[in-house]
Amino acid sequence: MSGAQGFWGQALRRLRRQRMAMAAGLLLSLIMLACLLLPLLSPYDYFTPHFELLSRGPMLAGGHILGTDPLGRDLLVRVMWGCRISLAVGIAASLVSVLIGVTWGATAGYVGGPTDALMMRAVDILYSVPFVPFVIVLTVLFGRELWLIFLAIGAVSWLDIARIVRGETLSLKQREFIEAARVSGVRGAAMIARHIVPNLIGIVIIYATLAIPTVILFEAFLSFLGLGVQSPLASLGSLVADGTSEMQSHPHLLIVPAAFLAAIIYCFNYLGDGLRDALDPRDR
Amino acid sequence: MTAGPPLRIRGLSVRYPSDHGQIEAVRDIDLDVAAGEFLGIVGESGSGKTQLLLSILGLSAPRAELCGSIRYREQELLDLGSAALNQVRGNRISMVFQDPMTALNPYLRVGRQITEVLRVHRDATARAAERRAIEMLESVHIPEGPRRMRQYPHELSGGMRQRVMIAMALIAEPEILLADEPSTALDVTVQAQILSLFQELRARTGTAIVLVTHDLGVIAEVADRVAVMYAGRIVEQAPVHGLFAHPRHPYTEALQQSIPRIDAPRPTHLASIGGAPPNPAALPAGCAFAPRCIYRLPICEAVTPPLIETTAGHWKACHHDGALGKLRGEAA
Amino acid sequence: MNTGVPQAGGADPQRCDRTGSAAQALPPQPCALLAVRELSVTYRVAYRRGHALLRAVNGVSFELARGETLGLVGESGSGKSTIARALLRLVPAESGVASFHGTDLLKLSGARLQAMRRHLQLIFQDPLASLDPRMNIGDILGEPLRVFEPQLSGQQRLQRVLAMTRAVGLGAEQLHRFAHELSGGQAQRIGIARALIIEPELIVCDEPLSALDVSIKSQIGNLLKDLQRQLQLSLLFISHDLAAVRFSCDRVLVLYLGRVMEIAGCDTLFKACRHPYTRALIRAAPIPDPVAARARRSAPLEGEIPSPLFAPSGCVFRTRCPMAIDRCAREIPLLRQVADSQVACHRAEEVGD
Repeated sequence: MSGAQGFWGQALRRLRRQRMAMAAGLLLSLIMLACLLLPLLSPYDYFTPHFELLSRGPMLAGGHILGTDPLGRDLLVRVMWGCRISLAVGIAASLVSVLIGVTWGATAGYVGGPTDALMMRAVDILYSVPFVPFVIVLTVLFGRELWLIFLAIGAVSWLDIARIVRGETLSLKQREFIEAARVSGVRGAAMIARHIVPNLIGIVIIYATLAIPTVILFEAFLSFLGLGVQSPLASLGSLVADGTSEMQSHPHLLIVPAAFLAAIIYCFNYLGDGLRDALDPRDR
Repeated sequence: MTAGPPLRIRGLSVRYPSDHGQIEAVRDIDLDVAAGEFLGIVGESGSGKTQLLLSILGLSAPRAELCGSIRYREQELLDLGSAALNQVRGNRISMVFQDPMTALNPYLRVGRQITEVLRVHRDATARAAERRAIEMLESVHIPEGPRRMRQYPHELSGGMRQRVMIAMALIAEPEILLADEPSTALDVTVQAQILSLFQELRARTGTAIVLVTHDLGVIAEVADRVAVMYAGRIVEQAPVHGLFAHPRHPYTEALQQSIPRIDAPRPTHLASIGGAPPNPAALPAGCAFAPRCIYRLPICEAVTPPLIETTAGHWKACHHDGALGKLRGEAA
Repeated sequence: MNTGVPQAGGADPQRCDRTGSAAQALPPQPCALLAVRELSVTYRVAYRRGHALLRAVNGVSFELARGETLGLVGESGSGKSTIARALLRLVPAESGVASFHGTDLLKLSGARLQAMRRHLQLIFQDPLASLDPRMNIGDILGEPLRVFEPQLSGQQRLQRVLAMTRAVGLGAEQLHRFAHELSGGQAQRIGIARALIIEPELIVCDEPLSALDVSIKSQIGNLLKDLQRQLQLSLLFISHDLAAVRFSCDRVLVLYLGRVMEIAGCDTLFKACRHPYTRALIRAAPIPDPVAARARRSAPLEGEIPSPLFAPSGCVFRTRCPMAIDRCAREIPLLRQVADSQVACHRAEEVGD
């Protein structure tokens, strides 16, 4: 029964056929599950130093499966916390940027005219703001809070989404079903909400999914510079930063967080690609 | 020593995978194209007419599976590698497409595109090719040839672009010209010009033309012989006058009756065909037209009717014996 | 120069008298539902390094009576689709009057424009493209009701939607489906249902059959005719397919490069037309009968439609007209009554022999 095969139903079917994307999704789900559960199940925490067990390598028998860091904290638990933080930052910041970007771009694109010009010039100006100094200034002013990181990154990455959404809205406006809705008396906010936004969701999901790795990497970059989360909290980036300085003597301190960071980024990229194939209206 | 018709298709089937399953675009087609004849192939969307044409020149989608035989003279086209097939394309058998805007390269001047055919197939010098190209433009009634040669496709009108395509297709003097809905995208007055052009060129060069269209009016205007396709098969094949005067397949009859005419008194209703063309990914067993056929018999849903010759040159694939005529108000 | 009848505001629809040179020679008609006078639509297009004004519709006048189907026939560049969109206020008109129920459609705005929309609907050429791919059919059909009859409860709306679905020959199971699951014919039925569900008086049909398969055209053509008769609709039937127009229309208007060439009753036009362009169109239209088709040995019309940016002076058709004379280049022929047609041709009396 082909029946009520909605847009989403069809898209899901197409997604299921993309093996790389499905594998990536599976791996991502496992990592997420692990980073949620493992710290709860593990006898170790991420912040208590154990000076008798400094920088031990991986030892399956002795409890610390992946070893310990220079302060004797269990690496596995710290890496799991790192994943939590990185994923949280990635997903939350992307969400913020999607919300701002979609509203901004859809309004600019739909209203058009001088309003559109004004709104997009604002975007252009914001693009030219040098991001790193901006974040440095923010952290100096407000301290290194986690929510600040979310906000700072989200506040900048909405620009890309706004541009894309505005472009899509402009081309959607030309489509016949929009004309049909106008003839049926739909206008203004109702048009945007009922016809424009639902037709944008596909492309927004794709870009949001692809934006997440960018955000995670950016946070990692910030952490590498020492601007990211404050210890004892760790993100994958800060773990990589720490591990770099121990690279020669204790390579596992670098390899493990780097491997997880790479895995998460690859998975989101593959998933995003798969979603693009499944959702992209041009494919029809 | 006439070898028979230059193009002989036997048992051709084209299949390709899609999101919705295996699509059987063309099913077991037998077709001949005689020297110099004007063959019209008529069908709706999903009938497989375009796929048929594309498969002759090896232009089917990469994932398409073709089986059967397409013989051009002594060569089996389905066995040819791409180099050998390129020798045939544009040279012995050429093709004109529906949308001239997408079929012409927007970045190359028109002259360059026309002369390219000769430079590839005849190894002509640039000068000779250019001279020949200007001759061709004249023969397709494009005035100011030298000026047009230097223009880009977007600078020409739709009708002129189509003429350029025809010039490109005929410049190497092929034996057979395939035309896929060549006038469908054009205005009706321009369509009349293009059809008239086809007839004129055929009379002059003796090129056989295979014209695929959904428009019975176009077929009536220019074709010598007609093949009617439905759901990948040929359901009727006959000389044009015989086909229109005495259609032997219910689909042909129904199609004919359902088209409004400008030269007949206005009916209150058109005789319409119920249902819809079948989904090529889910074709019914037996005769594909049976669900919509008013002459339907129990055998029609079980056994696919073979294409058999009734009177000379008039073939039909239908289990119903005897004359049709219910739709024209004649006795059944 | 606008010689049209000002009908804006509170003109009495019962009077229907006319002034203006364009209308002088025309006999009075029973009161028209829609009276268009000197409609012009211009687009600004990019040209070379600047802009040019493209006049897609140039001084078009016609009337549509209640319960009548008027065909708008023309090739590309004729402006027929633009007229549809201008009447529905999807594109702005440069000048002219479109009197509907005594008010000028082209001058309405805001709430009054919105209120007018329920009387004037549009059926699109590409049925699948005119349906929102993310909404199911039930919601698509329900939308006009939400806009114009918000007082209806969900249940009442559903009843109306169901009734309309059946009226166009489809079953209730279609309501859960989405546009891409429908065939062309089914999608066009939904398009028709959507246009009819708020019970408009006038429907503009923009090439309603062109995108459909041959075997489906007749189904939908019949459907439109039946619905029109049942519901006493007035239809503006836009098409390039003369045969479809002949079947569906009571009167026909022929357009070329944005101007009216001829207006006549359907039978009159096809049997005894009075404009060289109309004659050329009819001769070029395919006839699905080899005997009839080949019997009419006439040379096809030469040349191609000029670009509207460079419309010829005087009569726009003169560059292709086999009967063109000097006068045609100097003087724009006005629409006038010749025999049973209104024709814009200096030599209309000589056509048809």
